[in-house]
Amino acid sequence: MTRRRAFSPARFWAIVVKEFVQMRRDRLTFGMMIGIPLLQLLLFGYAINSDPKRLPAAVLLADHGPFSRTVLSAMRNSDYFDFVRQLHTEAEADAVLARGAALFVVTVPANFTRDLLRGERPALLVEADATDPAATSNALHSLRTAVDTALAADLQGPLAALAATPGPVELRVHARYNPEGITQYNIVPGLMGVILTLTMILITGLAITRERERGTMENLLAMPTRPSEVLLGKIAPYILVGLIQVGVILLAARILFDVPMAGDLGLLLAATLVFIAANLAVGITFSTVARNQLQAMQMTFFFFLPSMLLSGFMFPFRGMPAWAQVLGEGLPLTHFLRIIRGILLKGNGAAAIAPELWPIALFAVLALTVAVKRYRQTLD
Amino acid sequence: MADPLAIDVRGMTKRFGGRTAVNQMDLQVQRGEVCGFLGPNGSGKTTFLRMLCGLLRPDAGSGTCLGYDVIGQSEAIQREVGYMTQRFSFWEDLTIAENLDFVARMYAVPDRRRAVREGLERLGLSRRRHQLAGQLSGGWKQRLALAACLIHQPQLLLLDEPTAGVDPKARRDFWEEIHQLAGQGLTFLITTHYMDEAERCHRLAYILDGRLLAHGTATEVIRQARLTTWSVRGPRLPQLAERLRALPGVRQAASFGTTLHVSGDDAAALEQTIAPLRTQEHEWRRIESGLEDVFIHLMDRSGTQGPS
Repeated sequence: MTRRRAFSPARFWAIVVKEFVQMRRDRLTFGMMIGIPLLQLLLFGYAINSDPKRLPAAVLLADHGPFSRTVLSAMRNSDYFDFVRQLHTEAEADAVLARGAALFVVTVPANFTRDLLRGERPALLVEADATDPAATSNALHSLRTAVDTALAADLQGPLAALAATPGPVELRVHARYNPEGITQYNIVPGLMGVILTLTMILITGLAITRERERGTMENLLAMPTRPSEVLLGKIAPYILVGLIQVGVILLAARILFDVPMAGDLGLLLAATLVFIAANLAVGITFSTVARNQLQAMQMTFFFFLPSMLLSGFMFPFRGMPAWAQVLGEGLPLTHFLRIIRGILLKGNGAAAIAPELWPIALFAVLALTVAVKRYRQTLD
Repeated sequence: MADPLAIDVRGMTKRFGGRTAVNQMDLQVQRGEVCGFLGPNGSGKTTFLRMLCGLLRPDAGSGTCLGYDVIGQSEAIQREVGYMTQRFSFWEDLTIAENLDFVARMYAVPDRRRAVREGLERLGLSRRRHQLAGQLSGGWKQRLALAACLIHQPQLLLLDEPTAGVDPKARRDFWEEIHQLAGQGLTFLITTHYMDEAERCHRLAYILDGRLLAHGTATEVIRQARLTTWSVRGPRLPQLAERLRALPGVRQAASFGTTLHVSGDDAAALEQTIAPLRTQEHEWRRIESGLEDVFIHLMDRSGTQGPS
């Protein structure tokens, strides 16, 4: 019988000291341990806003009377609406919503002021892009009160009777693309982008570091190869993996969540290929920078976190402060979310998604260039 | 072939930070020669091999490898060189056959299937072709590595400690294979720490602290060292060795089983020193210096006592 060894504080301390020494040697890991909480703190603390204000709105103004101005300035003063452009035709209104240039289009019909004065309750039409119900719901809720209060202030004296219930104007709200405000319609297509980002970057992030860690890199380098052969060769198989993921997610979206598919699936597939390529390029770049697999995983996480939080996946993009929106515009996921929601929910075509597709393609090319430049053909 | 030299380099130098790993090294190796590359750990052998096959860029030096410029034509060199790394560096999650097939593709070997089949047969790997490389024992891994290095029919093989951790029988088979290939015109530069392997080489190059200290056949290297060695047999040898090391003329006293080898580079001084010790108790005999005596001597003489 062997005697159970007693807990030795000396041995315990030996392990503690060794862990600290190793931690100090791996600077990147140590940096990430400090950096990731800091990043989370900043993003959750400052960038995330679940009550998005100053949302871009467009106006189709057919009446220039004083009450039109009252209504519009009331909306502006509610802090929810930011009128960024004036439209002239209904076609323009559709295009602006489809591209996501504005989340709302407010139509003030002709003779609005006259009809109001006559007590005919003219209709104020507000079309909202409801693909992300969270982004627009607060603004729409505030609408009734804002308009009524502002008009009540104007309708004094003999006009006061007009301010009485049910209100001097009829508010017609059209929740476009997702009239029932089903969050899954927004989340499920978004998830496809999130899942692709995480898995594609992670898999290729490990690709080169694994060779290095297992000692097979030296062998590979001793063979007559070009960096592009190795890098592209490592990326290609995962494009197929990515496409399988896309198929599975789309099928689930259709069957389990009943997500509408208004647009062309072929177009979606083509755009998704570009997006997959961009993520693989990021992963392979991490792979050439990281010294081991752990570091590659940490870098993946460091990229994934802002992608998820700043892209408009978890929180409305328009609700974020300007600096966060600028950062978000630099992430492929941001653009991909607009593409996939645009195609599936709004039925957007090639022309509407093009402005979102080229930034992803540019990102892929840049990342791949960095990877080829970083890839060392020698062991120096 | 026009150039009788497979390797002909001069002034090869490689620095890592402030440390010079290889210092102004010249080396010539004939085609068809098996050149043993010796020296203690950290003396620069691996660095030198890596420079030859383009894995490291030399800081200085020039010359040719298989007729190609070692600085500017490393891709051409890589195509005709087989390099076996010190640590097993094939893919452990691929089978033997898959590893060979991958390497053959990378070198664009014509008639790949046949090349792989022949490679498997030549090194007796056919029966294990579907075994994962990671599950092989040391000897089989080394055979796989050799087969993979040969698959593109290189002219020159750079083998970095190919037999470390391999049993004697497997080592012998390995060397038989090497001599057969050398007979067909292949050139070998092989690093090793084993003296019996050094003796199997046509010529030896001994490197220490990045400098080439000796170069030639085993006999030449031994003769150049001008070392006199005595062997002592008898009781209490460790105590005797301790005493001898402090005496003038004795460069080293090393135990070889039941005997003690005492050597020095000044034959007269050594003989004078040991004269009073040649008692009835101990049997003294003057012997030919061996390679090991010479190499340990070379190591000590240059003043390095580093771990080996």
